[in-house]
Amino acid sequence: MALLEARGVNVVYEPTRGQRIWAVRETDLVLEQGEFAGLVGESGSGKTTLGYALTRTLRPPARLESGVISFDGTDIAALHGERLRRARRNGFALVMQSGMNALNPVRSIARQFGDVMKAHARPGDDLSGAGLRDRAAGLLAGVHLDADLLGRFPHELSGGMRQRVSIALALALDPRLVVFDEPTTALDVIVQQAVLRTIKDLQRERGFTALLISHDLGMVLEATDRVMVMYAGRIVEDQPAGELVASPTRPPRPHHPYTEALLGCYADPRADEVTVGGIPGSPPDLSLRQPGCAFAPRCPLAEDICRTEDPPLTPLGAGLAACHVRARAVPPETGRAQEEAGHAR
Amino acid sequence: MTVISAVPPPHAPGTAPPVPAGGRALPGPLRFAARAARTLWGDAKARTGIIILGVIVVVAVFAPQLAPHSPTATTFTPYLGPNSVNWLGTTGNGQDVFSQLLYGARVSLLVGLGAGAIATAVAVTLGLIAGYRPGAVDEVIGFLTNLALVIPGIPLMIILAAYLANHSVWTVVLVVALTSWATGARVMRSQTATLRTRDFVTSAVFSGERLPRVVFREILPNMTSLVAASFLASATAAVLAEASLEFLGLGNPATVSWGTILYSAEQQNAMLTGQWLMVLAPGLAIALLMTSLTLINFGIDALSNPRLREK
Amino acid sequence: MRYVLRKTVLFVITLWAALTLNFLLPRLMPGSPVDAALGKLASAGVPITNAERQAVEIQLGVPNASLISQYGDYLRNIATLRFGTSYSFPTQTVARTIGTALPWTLILVGVTTIVAFAVGTLLGVYAGWRRGRLADSTVTLGSTLFGSFPPFWLGLLLLYLLAFKLGWFPIKGGYSDGTTPNWSFSFAGDAIRHSVLPAVTLAVTTLSGWVLGMRNNMINTLGEDYVTFAEANGLRGRTVALLYAARNALLPNVTAFGLQLGAVVSGSVLVEGVFSYPGIGGLLFTAVTNHDFPLMQALFLVITLSMLVAIFIVDLLYVRLDPRVRR
Repeated sequence: MALLEARGVNVVYEPTRGQRIWAVRETDLVLEQGEFAGLVGESGSGKTTLGYALTRTLRPPARLESGVISFDGTDIAALHGERLRRARRNGFALVMQSGMNALNPVRSIARQFGDVMKAHARPGDDLSGAGLRDRAAGLLAGVHLDADLLGRFPHELSGGMRQRVSIALALALDPRLVVFDEPTTALDVIVQQAVLRTIKDLQRERGFTALLISHDLGMVLEATDRVMVMYAGRIVEDQPAGELVASPTRPPRPHHPYTEALLGCYADPRADEVTVGGIPGSPPDLSLRQPGCAFAPRCPLAEDICRTEDPPLTPLGAGLAACHVRARAVPPETGRAQEEAGHAR
Repeated sequence: MTVISAVPPPHAPGTAPPVPAGGRALPGPLRFAARAARTLWGDAKARTGIIILGVIVVVAVFAPQLAPHSPTATTFTPYLGPNSVNWLGTTGNGQDVFSQLLYGARVSLLVGLGAGAIATAVAVTLGLIAGYRPGAVDEVIGFLTNLALVIPGIPLMIILAAYLANHSVWTVVLVVALTSWATGARVMRSQTATLRTRDFVTSAVFSGERLPRVVFREILPNMTSLVAASFLASATAAVLAEASLEFLGLGNPATVSWGTILYSAEQQNAMLTGQWLMVLAPGLAIALLMTSLTLINFGIDALSNPRLREK
Repeated sequence: MRYVLRKTVLFVITLWAALTLNFLLPRLMPGSPVDAALGKLASAGVPITNAERQAVEIQLGVPNASLISQYGDYLRNIATLRFGTSYSFPTQTVARTIGTALPWTLILVGVTTIVAFAVGTLLGVYAGWRRGRLADSTVTLGSTLFGSFPPFWLGLLLLYLLAFKLGWFPIKGGYSDGTTPNWSFSFAGDAIRHSVLPAVTLAVTTLSGWVLGMRNNMINTLGEDYVTFAEANGLRGRTVALLYAARNALLPNVTAFGLQLGAVVSGSVLVEGVFSYPGIGGLLFTAVTNHDFPLMQALFLVITLSMLVAIFIVDLLYVRLDPRVRR
């Protein structure tokens, strides 16, 4: 059984009375135990909202309108209050975007660890001051931080250190799923690499399922095994990372036109001549629920059916993609015919 | 050597060329006011406040029509309790309290809104000047503001009013305004300082806009709800301050206001003569006026801070 | 410690500014307060000697003398607590008159402020946490309404209802007529009975400032990332509300303490007048009625100084609350 199975997730923002903005529309997502997956999209694509929805940390004016989020068999979308709180231990955790503000400014690091541990204490847990300190020190060591940080306050730490403390605090829950929302965006490039490496090491050592959310396609391709691309509130492509990366033997193989355009926006600085593309148009207005593919107005391949019917995620290449045109271009028999032709030779 | 050539994105079929987003383009003042009014009306607290304020304004405007008698005519038997002729009784001078209550709305509104407006104008001016240019001027204004904040309002007003030889409505307005500009000034100053560093201001300055234009066309419009909130808060405080001054006898006893009714009540020991309605009515009116202004202010808070909006 | 140093310097400078303001005010007012003052003293039966005239002039303005020398004399007088002679109480020094009244106000205002701050803050936390629900609306509307009550009006009403009609509390004063202040329990009890109504009036009308301010701060704080993160980490609701949200929301309230204290002091002036309470406010009331300038000036100084000291103490306490200023 997959660790996380989300079906039909709809998240709506209602900032003022009467205004409804559909940030995530009818989205399905499956995460296996031990996977390291990435979720990529531009600003407003809904990736952060989806990450928050999956960890049940949405706040007003955002609301989980409908959907089932089955975590290890339990529908956490239906949990509230104390039961939801308890489900977090050894469950699902979130590391937020800016470590700057994720820590309580008036409480020492040690006490913040203590708060988390005491909140999820089970009979038999060591809740003495020394016990808590030891466990906290261990968690800090896991993110390559020194134990003497425990007595400090958040404002005494640098941005990168605060981000790592956030990661350590999330790991105090001993979670099986960790969602990292833009963990390096607010940091400078050198620290970014260090934090990313720490995340990869932790994932490998502890074996939790990780979902890395970012707008930086390059970073996600480098760090993860599987990439999901989001556009206008829906997942439009879901491929193994290897498929989307250029290798010496073959170019990247995106299937959705949006992914293709995204890859075209990147340039290899080592090449002799570099062309940088862009995507014409702008993302759609999410307060209107229009039929058809959301990318159609900007898509060079768009046809009539694209404007009237939502394309479903269908198997394309090594993964899935939601595109009418591309799905049609690969008739299901072709693969078998080629195989048979190969056998006949 | 790397040559970068930008490929202009192909024009997607079926769509018009993209228009760059308007940045921080301010909507027309009318559209802005209409939207503000709609949001305010949508907020239950603000709506209640607007209604109450509306009633008080109507009473003030139509006092001559609504009042059964002249407020200053001393034709009635003094020290009467409520009766069929004088619904709220009479003062020690034989004046009808109910008529005074209705006419009194005028002074309370005038002084409250007037002093509030003056105080806000001073606050905005000083705040803009101080917040826009950090330096000596900013420090001096900041220090004066903090000083004015520390000195409690009523005692200062009392002293100022006591020093002035004669008292009229205008002295009251002046004294009240002089003692309540500081809170607004501090808020305006910090907001101007924040806005000053924003990109749209920097771009305006770089494109050669002159200082007054930058301040009045770029910064001020973005502080509208703050100015409105500050005005309402000042007006609220001014209403109370005016009543307090009148109550202490530091206003002009000849004016008809809710505060002077209470002054008369205190002078003639209305409590002990059973004229408690004479005390209840004007005080309640003051409380209602202040409450209505505060309620509207809740709505304005919600306008500028979406987190505070009601669902 | 830079913070403490800065606050101390600010305190000293503001104190100096208040003194100077007090010095300049009568000299800026139109008319000649000196002659008026001397006239009042004469009618109060005080002999107008040269020394008397000099003292009054130092207080209110010496004609034809340089401002600087006047300023010097003024400061010297302040330092030695020589505030001139009051017209209302010509037989004792102003310092003594104020000194008798000050403790009453300090206790009344002090206790009321602490109680109002505590209750108001807790109510504000509660309203902010339960924002949008009935509890919030009740607390918000209730405090708005009560906060709009003019203090003197509420005082009059309570006086009428609870003292005059029902006789539960005394009608006026700080202690029963005929008794002299002393340190006995019976006097303390008597004094407390007399201070209940003024204290309640003051507390009710100043509560709203704390409640609404705290509620606003709570709502803003609840939108902060660290609150979301705390909930994401599964901390209990009460922990988040108190240790993460309220604890941070408290800080702006403490910084704004000075403003609120000003409101309490202002209110106390009016309330003491209504209840004939023997404190500073009552004295100011008397001074104003009698146009007693020396007393007014001295009172203004004392009030401002007390507020500055209180604010300074709170500023120092703030260091305990916010680790970010402990350098």
